[in-house]
Amino acid sequence: MIASKSISLLQVRDLKVAYGGIQALKGINLDVAPGELVALIGSNGAGKTTTLKALAGLLQPSAGKIHYHGISLQHRAAHKLIQEGLVLVPEGRGVFARLTVEENLQMGAYCRNDKSAIEQDMKRIYKLFPRLAERRMQLAGTLSGGEQQMMALGRALMSGPKLLMLDEPSMGLAPMMVVKIFETIRNISAQGVSILLVEQNAKLALEVAQRGYVLESGLITLSDSATNLLGSAAVRRAYLGG
Amino acid sequence: MRNVLKHLTSKSRRSAWLAFVVLAIALLALPFFTDALLGHGWVRIMDFALLYIMLALGLNIVVGYAGLLDLGYIAFFAVGAYCYALLGSPQLGLHLPFWIVLPLGALLACLFGVLLGAPTLRLRGDYLAIVTLGFGEIIRIFLNNLNAPINITNGPQGISMIDPIRIGEFSFSSTHELFGVTFPSVHLHYYLFLFFTLLVIFISLRLEDSRIGRAWMAIREDEVAAEAMGINTRNIKLLAFAMGATFGGLAGGLFAGFQGFVSPESFSLTESITVLCMVVIGGMGNVSGVLLGGILLIALPEALRHGSGPAQQILFGKTIFDPESLRMLLFGLALVTVMLWRPVGLWPSNQRRRELAVENNATQL
Repeated sequence: MIASKSISLLQVRDLKVAYGGIQALKGINLDVAPGELVALIGSNGAGKTTTLKALAGLLQPSAGKIHYHGISLQHRAAHKLIQEGLVLVPEGRGVFARLTVEENLQMGAYCRNDKSAIEQDMKRIYKLFPRLAERRMQLAGTLSGGEQQMMALGRALMSGPKLLMLDEPSMGLAPMMVVKIFETIRNISAQGVSILLVEQNAKLALEVAQRGYVLESGLITLSDSATNLLGSAAVRRAYLGG
Repeated sequence: MRNVLKHLTSKSRRSAWLAFVVLAIALLALPFFTDALLGHGWVRIMDFALLYIMLALGLNIVVGYAGLLDLGYIAFFAVGAYCYALLGSPQLGLHLPFWIVLPLGALLACLFGVLLGAPTLRLRGDYLAIVTLGFGEIIRIFLNNLNAPINITNGPQGISMIDPIRIGEFSFSSTHELFGVTFPSVHLHYYLFLFFTLLVIFISLRLEDSRIGRAWMAIREDEVAAEAMGINTRNIKLLAFAMGATFGGLAGGLFAGFQGFVSPESFSLTESITVLCMVVIGGMGNVSGVLLGGILLIALPEALRHGSGPAQQILFGKTIFDPESLRMLLFGLALVTVMLWRPVGLWPSNQRRRELAVENNATQL
């Protein structure tokens, strides 16, 4: 199910980003349809995080178009995008270490002012992550890596996302935890939230995703359905260990 | 059950009121006690302590809440003080009233806060510290050199004969008799400074528990994540600089009116560091801690000045070390000891305390 232009939630065309003289993204095209879970895989330094940062407004692209809900995101400040439901969970989770779990989750709802709905969402997230409910008064910095990732996901959900962008959610986690996190991602996706998932762990990412893109040194070299990519010889050789 | 609860809350409310009244009377009576018990110089020291506490509370917003290390904070104190000095002295021949000059000084300092904040938005930690340090020095050097070609600040000689603080016909620089009690000028300034300090405390506490306060703390913890939460990090950081600077300018104006004289040497790097020490030693991000830090850092050197001579007499029968040079040595030693024993400050904020408690639990397990 390749997203057609008309129903696309996120539409990226010829996106270029440069750090000084170094071209990190050399013009990529990417689409996410409503409700879709799309994986963006690639090795270290391919430009995955750069892509997400550019989409989240944290980096200024040198060229290209980003359309979200059919609206151009050019020159849109990062803090405004969250109000449109475009939410990034940054690499390394970015928890507020010296705030409690509960305060962290509340920060997720910083841009909302519908008090009763926020409380409802809080309950929903504690139900989704019972572990967080147990530790709600604990400082986020004292949580384990997996718990911090759960909290980062929960915090992102608190903002009421339409498109969730996850940057390396499996990074630095124990294998057991990774399985759990990916279960949750599938869960969130099942609730109708569109997800753009950036991962080094290509196998896991393609197993939960519907479609995938392969990014290599700033260019998209492959794009296909997740099952096809999993079966593709090139992907197997390069990312899945033969 | 509900009645019991009601009874309890009304009782605790009553005791809170009682504590408040006792504290208020104690604060009001304090200058008379210190005057009688410790000597005449101490009320003046208390006046300065209040000014420093205002500064420390202002810096606490920048350093403690928003986590932006500022080593040039005294510049805002200088801006407030010189604003008062220039507009209320024979220097420019202007004698604007106190209630115009003081807010103007605070406003000007606020403007300088934004001026410092705007170009440093992308800097953090050490880099920010260096820029702010430079900013503090630039202000001081400007004040030092703006006596030529046109004499504005009167250079290193400073500005003297500054108008005393006067509200209507009531001048704070002379002794007043009210209700049969004699209030010397230092006592009057104490009450005025106490009022402003309480105001600053109130604003600080309200800010801490507000949307803005939470945004500052989020930025302190992780700026990228804060931006991803939809916080306008640029404006919120500028606001921290502006709020901190405003308090600094306020304290500066009061300082100029109290002292009657300002010169650039009052605004050296050492002063910035002293104020930073108050915040760090008391407990960053916690108003009570900062108050404690401010009181200690003013009281301790003075106590050592007056106490180390007699103490030597008792111990050795004679004065071996000059008390004046000994006191800074002991003071430094005290600071090092506090930082080794209590790296988070004497009275850390709730968050820091919880963090420590969790760590202790972890080590017990």
